[in-house]
Amino acid sequence: MTLAIYALLFVVVAPVFGGLLTGADRIVTARMQSRVGPPILQPFYDVGKLFQKQSRLLNPIQEPLLLGHVVMMAATGAMLVSGTDLILVTFVFALASLLLVLAAGSAYSPYSFAGAERELIVLLAAEPFFILMMAAICKVTNASSYQDVLASPTWVAPQLPGILIAFLMVATIKLRKSPFDISTSHHAHQELVSGLTSDMSGRLLAYVELAHWYESALLCAFTVLLFNWSIPLGIAAFLVAYGGEVLVDNATSRIKWQLVLRSTWVATLLFAGGNVLALFVVGR
Amino acid sequence: MSFFSKSPWILHYDGSSCNGCDIEVLACLTPFYDLERFGIVNTGNPKHADILLITGSVNERNIEIVQNLYRQMPDPKVVVAVGACACSGGIFARAYNIQGGVDKVVPVDVYVPGCAARPESIIDGVVQGIAALEQKRKKTA
Repeated sequence: MTLAIYALLFVVVAPVFGGLLTGADRIVTARMQSRVGPPILQPFYDVGKLFQKQSRLLNPIQEPLLLGHVVMMAATGAMLVSGTDLILVTFVFALASLLLVLAAGSAYSPYSFAGAERELIVLLAAEPFFILMMAAICKVTNASSYQDVLASPTWVAPQLPGILIAFLMVATIKLRKSPFDISTSHHAHQELVSGLTSDMSGRLLAYVELAHWYESALLCAFTVLLFNWSIPLGIAAFLVAYGGEVLVDNATSRIKWQLVLRSTWVATLLFAGGNVLALFVVGR
Repeated sequence: MSFFSKSPWILHYDGSSCNGCDIEVLACLTPFYDLERFGIVNTGNPKHADILLITGSVNERNIEIVQNLYRQMPDPKVVVAVGACACSGGIFARAYNIQGGVDKVVPVDVYVPGCAARPESIIDGVVQGIAALEQKRKKTA
C-alpha cells in the first residue's frame, strides 16, 4: 500500500519538480548571459499554451507513441520508487526513450528522421552506463530494489566514484545539454538540432516536454540511489550537478555524433567499468 | 485561462530584406532588450510558432515559401510585418521582381513601420500581435 502511494507521489510530484527545474535552468542560463530571463513558471506556461494550440497529427500512430513516451517515463519513475527490480527499471527507461525515437521516425520529414537517428545514437551512448550503474549498485549493497538500497548500511557513492564521474557525463546527454545535445536542444532551435521535434505541434510537443520533466526527476531519483545514506544529500548533489550542467551547457559547443558515442563509451568503460572491476578485485 | 500571452513563440522569416530589420530583430534577443523575459522564444520551426515575423518585401521567388510557412503554422497564428518593405514593399516596391508588402500573399495582423524598424517598435508590434492572437483564440474556442 505504501509502495503504491510512493508510485502515485512520483507521478504527481515529478512533473512539478521537473518543470520548476527547467524554469530555474532558464533563469540561470539567462543570468549567465547577463539577461533577466523568463519567470520561473515559464515552462508551465509553455506547456499550457501547447495544449491550447491546434495539434497537427501527421499519422495515426504519432500521438499514441508520444503518449506512450510520457506514460512509460512516468511508469519508470513509479516502478523505481515502488521497489521494482532496478535492472528492470533500466529497461523500461530505455523503452520509454525508444518510443520518442519511433514517434519522430514515423514522420515523413527528413529533419525529423535525422533527429530520430541522432536520438537513437544518443540512446546507444547512454544506455550501457545505466545498466552498469544499476549492476554496480546491486553488487555494492546486495539489494535490488530502491527501498532496499536506501535501507542498506553500505554507503554507495564512496565505493563507486567512477560511476559518479560517468554519471555526470551521461546526465549531460539525458538532460539535453551541450556538448552532447545532438538530437534536440532547449535553445538555438534549428532543423537538425531540433530535428526530433520538428514535426510535433501543439499537444504532441507538450507530451515531449512533460516526458522530459519526468526524465529529470528520474535522474534525481537515480542520484539519490547513489547517495543512499541521505535523501536530502542525494537531491542536493543532483541540484549541484545540474548547476554544473547548465554551466557546461553555456560554455561548450556541440560536438559531432561520433565523438558523443566514443567519449561516452570510453567514459563508461574506463570509469564505470573500471570501478566495477575494482570492486570485484577488492571484494574477493 | 489562456497561456498565449505568456508564451508567444516566434518564427522569423527574411523575405527580401536588406538585413537591416533582421539585425534589429536579433537585437531584441540580446541582453539589452531580452525578449525571453516575456516568454518569447525565437523558434526556427513553423509548427512550433505562434507569431510569424516577416522582414522585407515578398518577391516572385518566395511567394510560395511565405505561404507555405503560414500554412504550416497551427492555429491560432498571427503575422507581424516588420519594417517598411514588409508593410508596403518600401523602396523596392516598384522593382520588377517585387510583389509588394507581405499582405499581398498572407493576411497580416500587425504592421511595424520603420527603416529599419527599431527594436522597441518590434517588441511593441509583437505585444500587439499577442493581443490579436488572444482574439483569434477566443473566436476559434
